[in-house]
Amino acid sequence: MSGFETREAQKPGRTTSAYDWDFLVQDDRVHRSIYADPEIFAAEMTHIFGKTWVYIAHESEVAKPNDFVTRKLGLRPVIVVRDSDGRLRVLYNRCTHRGTTLCRQERGSARNFQCPYHGWNFGNNGKLRGVPWPDGYTQDIRDERFNLAQVPRVQSYRGFIFATLNMDAPDLLNWLGPITRPIDEWLDRNPGGKIVVCEANRFKYKGNWKLAYDNSSDGYHVIYSHRSLIETENRMTAEPNKGMAYYKNSPDSLAMYVQYMGNGHHFKDKRPNLQPRQGGLWALESLHPGMEYYESEFRSRYGERADSLLDLAGSEPVNINIFPNLSLLGNHIQVFEPVSVNETNAVWYGTRIEDVNGDIGDALEGINALRMRTQEGFPNFGEVDDLANFEQIQRGLDCLEDEWIYMNRGYGLPDRIKHNADGTISGPATDEVFMREYIKEWKRLMSGPAHLTIQREP
Amino acid sequence: MSAQIKDPSRSSYYVDGDFYRTLIERFGDWQDDERIVNDHIARDMFRSLLEREARLLDQHRYEDWLRMFTPECVYWAPGRPDGGDPRTEIAVIFDDRRRLEDRVFRLRTGYAWSQAPRSRTVRLVTNVEVFSTADANRRMVRANFLISEFWDDETRRLSGWCGYNLQHAVDGWLIQAKQINLIDCDQCIRNPSILL
Ligand code: FES
Ligand SMILES: [Fe+2]
Repeated sequence: MSGFETREAQKPGRTTSAYDWDFLVQDDRVHRSIYADPEIFAAEMTHIFGKTWVYIAHESEVAKPNDFVTRKLGLRPVIVVRDSDGRLRVLYNRCTHRGTTLCRQERGSARNFQCPYHGWNFGNNGKLRGVPWPDGYTQDIRDERFNLAQVPRVQSYRGFIFATLNMDAPDLLNWLGPITRPIDEWLDRNPGGKIVVCEANRFKYKGNWKLAYDNSSDGYHVIYSHRSLIETENRMTAEPNKGMAYYKNSPDSLAMYVQYMGNGHHFKDKRPNLQPRQGGLWALESLHPGMEYYESEFRSRYGERADSLLDLAGSEPVNINIFPNLSLLGNHIQVFEPVSVNETNAVWYGTRIEDVNGDIGDALEGINALRMRTQEGFPNFGEVDDLANFEQIQRGLDCLEDEWIYMNRGYGLPDRIKHNADGTISGPATDEVFMREYIKEWKRLMSGPAHLTIQREP
Repeated sequence: MSAQIKDPSRSSYYVDGDFYRTLIERFGDWQDDERIVNDHIARDMFRSLLEREARLLDQHRYEDWLRMFTPECVYWAPGRPDGGDPRTEIAVIFDDRRRLEDRVFRLRTGYAWSQAPRSRTVRLVTNVEVFSTADANRRMVRANFLISEFWDDETRRLSGWCGYNLQHAVDGWLIQAKQINLIDCDQCIRNPSILL
C-alpha cells in the first residue's frame, strides 16, 4: 500500500485456544457462553472486529475532502476521514502523546485534529504536524511513532466503506463474494445506483450483538415478534395484504427464500412474493404520512411513470446481511455496534435518492419525503419489539445450567436445503440454515490466530 | 374526493409539499422575546392544557389524548437537535393523524412486546412560554419536559422540550403540531416505545 512504510505487528493478544470451540458451536446448537461470556466478547473485539472486514461508514457521510465522522471499530474509537488529498482513512481516535481521544465531534470537516489535552496537532492524514514547545524533547517529534495509528486496510464497495486490521484478510471484493449481487440490485434500483445517508433511527439494547445478527435473516420470528406491527399495518383491510402480512399462513410454501452467501454473509429475499410489476413495491407498502396525496399527484402529473417513481419510496423486501455488522433492508443501512457482552447499539441509517440522471425532476422532493416516512415505520413499530425480545434472550441466558441455544429449524430435513453451484446454500424463509452456517465462520475466526496490524504515516 | 376518502384518520392527503414548508417555517424562528404572551390567565390556560395532556398519557388514556389534536395534525420528534428537514432526513418520529392512531392501535393490540408489560410514567411539564403568531387563532407554546419512566427493572429519564402549534377551534385550543425535542435525539435510546 502506498503512503506507508512501516507496519507494526501487535504482540499476539489474548489467546482463544483455551476454549473448546467444537463444544461451544455444534451443528444445530450453540452454547450460551458465546453470548454471555465477557472473555469471549473481549476476544471477538480482535478475532471478529479486527480480523475480518468490518463496515465502518458510507462514502456519502464523508463526501468531500476533510469530511469526517467518528465511529468505532469494535470498541476502538476511530475517525473515518477523507483526507485533504481525497483518500479515505480510518485513523485511531487516540492521541499518540498520552492517549486521549482527539476528536469528540460526531461529524464535521477538519484539516487538522488538535489534541484538547496538551495541544499536539495532527494533519487529517494522521501525521503529527507540531507540538507546543518542541525544544522540551530530546527525541525527534517528527519520528513516525508519534504519527496517529491507522487501520492499514480500508476499502469501499460501491460506497460502503470497510476496514480491517488483518493484512492477510482476502481482498474486500473476494470476501464479499456472491453477496455483491443482492447489494448491486439493492443499489441499482435507485437512480444512478446511488443513495445518500440521511440521519438515523438509533437504538440500544441490553443484549449481545449476535442476537441482532442472528435475527437479521430470521423469517421464523416475523409473525410472532411483529404481530403488533402486522395487525396495525392491516387494521383497515379485511384481507391482510400490507407489509409482511405474507408471512401469515404457510410462509415456507412461498417463493421467498433464505440464502447463506459464504464468509458469514446471508440474504433473505422476499421479492419473489411480489407481483413483478411497476408499482408492486408501492402496493405492498403499509400506510404512511402523505401517501395518498403524493400518489394521486404523481398519477395525474406523470401518468404511467408514477408507479416506478412511487416504487422508489417503497421498501425493498430484502435483508442483505454482511458479517459481522451490516444489514441492508428496506431502504435502510442498519449497523450493529457491540458495546459490551450484553449491550449493543443498532443504528438504522436512512437513505435518500438523488436525481443523478436528471429524469426525476420535480418529483424528487415528494419521493424523498415519502421515502423518509416509509423508513420511519419499521423502526418505530417493529424493531422495538424485536429489541425487547433480544433483551429477554439475554436475561434467559442467565439460567446457567440450561446451556443451549438451538438453531435447528430445518436441520437434517431431507430436500429442504439446496446447495447451489456457486457454493451458496438456500432454504425456505423460516429456516435457520443461515445461522448454522454463519456461526461456523464465527467459530473459524474465533478459534484461529489473530495477527492484527496498525500502520502510521512515515 | 368524497369526505369519507379525505378522512385524515383513514387516508393521508394533507401531508403535501405546502404542509412540510409551513411546518418548517413555523418551527423555524418562533421563540421571539417580542412575541411572548405575558397575560397570566392565557399562560395558565395553556399550562393547564399541557398538564392535562401529560396526565392523559401517564394514565394511558390515549384515545382521550388523541382528541386533543386537530384532525390534520403532526406528531414529530426530530432526529437532530436543530429540527432538520423532514423531507430529506428521517426523524425519530413523524406521524400524521393516521400514523398517530396506528401508534395507539399498536399499543392496544396486546402484542407490542416493547410495552408488555407497559411502562409506568410520570411527566413533569415546566417552563411554559406562550408566543403569539400573526394569526389570532394560533399560538406557539414551548415547554420543557422530564418523563420518569419505569420499565423492566429500570427507572430512566427522558427529557427535552416540546414546541406546540395550537389552533383555536370551536371547543377550545387543539394541538395541530407537537414537536418533541429529546435532548439525546441523535443518540442510541433503549426501548423508545412510549408515547411522548
Ligand atoms: S494527550 Fe494529546 S497532547 Fe497530550
Ligand atoms: Fe424482526
